[in-house]
Amino acid sequence: MLDKNAIAKRIAREVKDGMYVNLGIGIPTLVANYIPKGINVMLQSENGILGMGPFPFEGEEDPDLINAGKQTVTLLPGSAIFDSAMSFGMIRAQKVDLTILGAMEVSENGDIANWKIPGKMVKGMGGAMDLVASAKNIIVAMQHVNKAGESKLLPKCSLPITGLKCIKRIVTELAVVDVLPQGGFKLIERAPGVSVEQIINATAGKMVAEGEIPQMIID
Amino acid sequence: MINKTVKNADEALRDLQDGMTIALGGFGLCGIPENCISALVKKGVKNLTCISNNAGVDDFGLGLLLQGKQIKKMISSYVGENAEFERQMLSGELEVDLIPQGTLATRLMAAGYGMPAFFTPAGVGTEVAEGKEVRRFKFNGTEKDYLMEYAFEPDFAIVKAWKGDTNGNLVFRLTARNFSPLVAMSGKITVAEVEQLVEPGELVADQIHVPGIYVHRIFQGAMYEKRIEQRTVRKKN
Repeated sequence: MLDKNAIAKRIAREVKDGMYVNLGIGIPTLVANYIPKGINVMLQSENGILGMGPFPFEGEEDPDLINAGKQTVTLLPGSAIFDSAMSFGMIRAQKVDLTILGAMEVSENGDIANWKIPGKMVKGMGGAMDLVASAKNIIVAMQHVNKAGESKLLPKCSLPITGLKCIKRIVTELAVVDVLPQGGFKLIERAPGVSVEQIINATAGKMVAEGEIPQMIID
Repeated sequence: MINKTVKNADEALRDLQDGMTIALGGFGLCGIPENCISALVKKGVKNLTCISNNAGVDDFGLGLLLQGKQIKKMISSYVGENAEFERQMLSGELEVDLIPQGTLATRLMAAGYGMPAFFTPAGVGTEVAEGKEVRRFKFNGTEKDYLMEYAFEPDFAIVKAWKGDTNGNLVFRLTARNFSPLVAMSGKITVAEVEQLVEPGELVADQIHVPGIYVHRIFQGAMYEKRIEQRTVRKKN
C-alpha cells in the first residue's frame, strides 16, 4: 500500500518532457516534488501562473504570489502571469497537456465527482469543472476506498457529478487503473505487496484484470 | 471625466446602495480590495449580491461582510475557507450560487467585451447545467455539448491594483491580478483602489493591464495588510 507521497511519485512518472501540467490541491500538488531530473515541464496554476516554482525560502514569501491552493509559491525563469479568463481560456483550448486532480468518486465510464457532498460539504467546484470538461488527459489521484471503507471506484457516481466521461487513469494507494473507452475499469499495475484480489475487492465497479499484473515502479 | 481620482473609499462607494450587485477582484485573500471592503462594513449596506471567486476567511476579506450579515447572495466558485459562510449557507440565511471558476471569469470578461453570452463545456451533465441552454458544436477537432452562460452586469465592480494613474489605467502585481482585470471591465461603476496612485505618463502604456476607460473612480488605499492565507515555505539548506 502506498502513502500519499508514493502515489505522487508514481504519478510523476506519467509526466513527460515538455508538458504543460495543471496540478490540483492535495496529492496532485505533491507530484511536483517527484518529477524526474532532466524532465522539463511548465506547471500551470489556474489563478494565473505558467512556470510555477517551489515554495519560497522562509522570509521570502510574497502575499501577491500564491498558487490555486492559496499557498505562497515562487516563479521559475521563463514563467508568465495572466488573468483568470486567460488561464481558463488556455485550459478550454486544450493547451494544457496533463491535468492531475483529486476525486471523491470515479465511475466505470469515467465520470468524476469531487465538489460536493449534499448537506455536508459544499465548498464548491473551483476550477475542477472547467478542467474536466476540457482537458484531454486527466489522471485522478485518490484513495481507493473512503474513510468508511467504501470503494470510490463505482459503477455509477452517487455524489453530484463534476464532469462526464473524462477520466482515463486513476492512481490509488493500491493500484493504477485505467477507464476503458467502452466503460469499465482495467487494472494496469498493483502497489508493492498488494494482490489483484485485494484490488478487485476494493473496487465496486466492474474491473478487468488480464494476465500477469505488474507491480508499480515507484523510484 | 478623464481624471478619475476620488479622495477615498467612502467617496468611491458613496452611491452604493442596499440590494445592489457588486463584483470584487481577488483570489482567496490575494489582491482583494481591502480598503473598499472596510468601507462597506462601515457603511453598513445590506442585501448585497456579491460576485467573487471566494468569500474570504472568517475575519478578513468578504468574511467581514458576512459577519455583519450584509450579503444576501454569493456567486463564487470556491468557498471552503470560511466557517461563518458555511453556517449561513447551511442554515439558509445566505443564498449561494456556486459556478465553475472559468465560467465566473468569462462571465465577467464577457461584460467588458460587450458580449451578452457565450458557450462553455464546463458543467455539462452536472447540476450547473440545470435550466441552461445546451448547444452542440464541432470545435477543436471534436463535437460536444456546451452550456450557454450569460455576462454578469454588476452595479459596482471593485478591484485593487498595484499601481494606477489618475486616468484610471491599472497595473497588477504577480498573481494579485487573478480576476481583477475582468472584474474591472464588468462594472456599471468600476472602483479601483491602488497601492500607488501616479500621474499620467508614469505607467508604461503597453504594460497596462486595464485601460482607464473601464475605470470610473480611483484612489490610493490608506493601508494594506495583505494577509497570507497559507504560508508555505521551505528551509534554506
